[in-house]
Amino acid sequence: MIRHRLTPIGTALLVTAAAAISSCGSSDDDKTSSTPATTAPKEEAVSGSLSMVGVWSADEQKAFQAVLDGFKEKHPKVTVKYTSAGDNTPTVLGTAVSGGNPPDLAAIAQPALVKDFQAKGALKPLDFAKADIEGNFPPDIAKLGTIGGKLYSFVFKAANKSTVWYNVDAFKNAGVEPPADFEALKTAAQTLKASGTPAYSIGGADGWTLTDLFENVYLRQAGPEKYDQLTDHEIKWTDPSVKEALTTMSEVFSDSKNIAGGTSGALQTDFPGSVANVFSAKPKAAMVIEGDFVPGVAKSDLKAVTGYNVFPFPNIGDGQQAVVGGGDSIVMFKDSPASQALVKYLATPEAAAIWAKLGGFSSANSKLAPESYPDDITRTTATGIAKAQTFRFDMSDLAPASFGGTPGQGEWKILADLLKNPKDIDGTATKLEAAAAKAYKK
Amino acid sequence: MATAQPGTAAAPPVGTGPSGPDPDRWRRRATTFAFLAPAVLFLVVWLVYPTLQTIVRSFFGRSGSDFVGVDNYQALFTTDTLLKAIENNVLWVAVVPVLVTAIGLIFAVLTERVAWATAFKICVFMPMAISMFAAGVIWRVMDDQDPARGTVNAAIKVVKDAFSESGVLTTGQPSSALLTGSVASGFVLKRQVGPGQTALLGLTAIPPDGVPAGAQQAATPPVKPDGISGTVWRDFKPGGGVPGRVEPQETGLPGVTVALRDPGGGTVATTKTGPDGGFSFDEVKPGGYRVAIAKETFAAPYEGTAWLGSKLITPAVMIAYIWVWAGFAMVIIAAGLASLSREVLEAARMDGSSEWQVFRRVTVPMLAPILSVVFITMIINVLKVFDVVLAVAPGSSQDDANVIALAMWRTSFGGVNDFGLGSAIAVLLFILVIPALALNVRRFRRES
Repeated sequence: MIRHRLTPIGTALLVTAAAAISSCGSSDDDKTSSTPATTAPKEEAVSGSLSMVGVWSADEQKAFQAVLDGFKEKHPKVTVKYTSAGDNTPTVLGTAVSGGNPPDLAAIAQPALVKDFQAKGALKPLDFAKADIEGNFPPDIAKLGTIGGKLYSFVFKAANKSTVWYNVDAFKNAGVEPPADFEALKTAAQTLKASGTPAYSIGGADGWTLTDLFENVYLRQAGPEKYDQLTDHEIKWTDPSVKEALTTMSEVFSDSKNIAGGTSGALQTDFPGSVANVFSAKPKAAMVIEGDFVPGVAKSDLKAVTGYNVFPFPNIGDGQQAVVGGGDSIVMFKDSPASQALVKYLATPEAAAIWAKLGGFSSANSKLAPESYPDDITRTTATGIAKAQTFRFDMSDLAPASFGGTPGQGEWKILADLLKNPKDIDGTATKLEAAAAKAYKK
Repeated sequence: MATAQPGTAAAPPVGTGPSGPDPDRWRRRATTFAFLAPAVLFLVVWLVYPTLQTIVRSFFGRSGSDFVGVDNYQALFTTDTLLKAIENNVLWVAVVPVLVTAIGLIFAVLTERVAWATAFKICVFMPMAISMFAAGVIWRVMDDQDPARGTVNAAIKVVKDAFSESGVLTTGQPSSALLTGSVASGFVLKRQVGPGQTALLGLTAIPPDGVPAGAQQAATPPVKPDGISGTVWRDFKPGGGVPGRVEPQETGLPGVTVALRDPGGGTVATTKTGPDGGFSFDEVKPGGYRVAIAKETFAAPYEGTAWLGSKLITPAVMIAYIWVWAGFAMVIIAAGLASLSREVLEAARMDGSSEWQVFRRVTVPMLAPILSVVFITMIINVLKVFDVVLAVAPGSSQDDANVIALAMWRTSFGGVNDFGLGSAIAVLLFILVIPALALNVRRFRRES
């Protein structure tokens, strides 16, 4: 999805962070020699050349290359050639797999694609690195890559979609503070409205911003178990828990005067537009509810922290601190000692630290020191993932594309209709169920 | 195509006897084939095979291995966005070829008789030199809703603002239930007031930079025995404040037009507020009155037409398209015009026809073959229209601007990755183009 591609890249890109990593005991996978890595790098036995295809392009590609350079230092005999396929990664990999010549490894943004490849038998399990991954990542993240009891992928670059971005001046003028829970958010929204700046900026023209909002509300209100069931369509979209979440959303939607441009304006605002509404010296709205990639699309002179800032999506009721997110996962197509070494390396905090320092990167690796991030904002959004008690992948990204990922149909369209007509909770639930039933059947 | 005349290619030269198989004949056949082979190969690999494969693929689902019969074709005619695409394509075919041909004809005829004909022609033809996509990008920028960015709206704004003045405020909401109304109708105090009373008209939802220049701290109005005084102020301070009460940090709203109305609704007097938001009506006759903030206060400046919004997007794209192709039509038609026999035109004029009659009865009929070439070419082009729609329509209105070729691309590659349905759309487009192509081929045949 395009969303993941929008993350910002910090400043120091040219710094080839050839991080001096000394400790590398865990990535020793050579079967014959198991010497502990106390002296020089011991992985000389691992050699070969690897090919890797991934979604990271442009600045992200440069940053990932720096990560690979770090690998090269530890394993001088392994050459990794990374090729960016950008948004065409599914097509490129799909063709390569059909043609029987996949790369050794790949970085994929769509969990559904990982499942596809696993079902086709194209993926090799990563169980050799299971201990490292379970040790370094929160349980929910480690669980994500498990299919049928075996580990097939892990999230290397994560995205936090449970963030709310706000214009600092707008908050200051209204005299409100970042709210701690959802009730406080609603009160703050009323105060913001009276201050002359509508509280919410909604990118209703891009349906996925609405599905993200729904998922954030639903995960908090209905809890992770229901979230998983709804993701797999084991419970219906007409379930009371869904209607409850839709009602909460409609509380936001129904106050047309508190939305930038009103309801009709919101329906025509795309995601970058919704960000521009908030990230401006003359804001048209105070807050935009979207993920950590928001500053990446902002074209304004506002400075981080003093101009714009971020707070976590507030808890609803007494739900747990939860994060809806996404991420680019590493998968392995060809098993070899060199591939294994690279997988293990990418699961280490050292590898994550290299990219984290360069900016535009959030890691789910809980061993990664928060100081690795270049600024406060990234630290807030990134550590939110690693610390979350509950982490769930974006539900619409896991659903069949015709339901959760297609402009103008399925969930995108139906939630936009709810924005247009916020009173129609039951009708929305019924339409969602009908569309989901059709899409999941295939 | 050359293969259509095997008879002529293989015709025996004069003088060869009819007796027995002729070795020369086989050699000639082989030569013919050798020359044709590369072209045939290219056609088969890049046209015939993909076409057949597309047709086959359209009967399979997303994964490519599940035969779904005509499901994809059913989806084609039941999915809203795809129906919209078909509907839009019909609109395109109905409107654009006619307009392009007509505009081309008008330009061609007119340029024949202006002094700077060549310069004019170059201007009209210039867009042809730009890639369609770039032209789309140009129009997308020009159609931007914000008059500060979009040329089209900037022009409209200049004209509109010259005729209407904008008010001192653009937003505003009653701060309490004591006041009713909206920005569109103005605000009225519910309670009637008489001489010796005051009117507090508190407004919220005014951003700090929306407060008129020169505003000062709002003041509680002084009571005037034989007049009505009051305050219009921004009834908000950081944190909220108490609605309906003038508090420190709350500023007056100067320049607001306040009207005093009798109970019937007739305006008795109007005044403007001062820097602290205060106003007063002196020497008011006893009785009950209503105090209102006139709607002129909120007259907003022109904020731009949403050319790229869902309603106007298709016409906006069409304009960009016509802008490019009118030049093409003009050049072709002008060439035809130049080759017309002048004698016929002169003869018509000598016989006393008016210019209009010459145009309608002589020029157009004689140009008919050229016009039909332009027209049919445009139909084929328009059926396949794609790049300009993609370039002009922002993501949010692509559903409304959708055309068949764009729908095909979006379904196959734009995130959906459903090659089955995408192929079905491609087949539909193929079928739609065939009649126009057949027409063209038949005409070529007739001409040769």
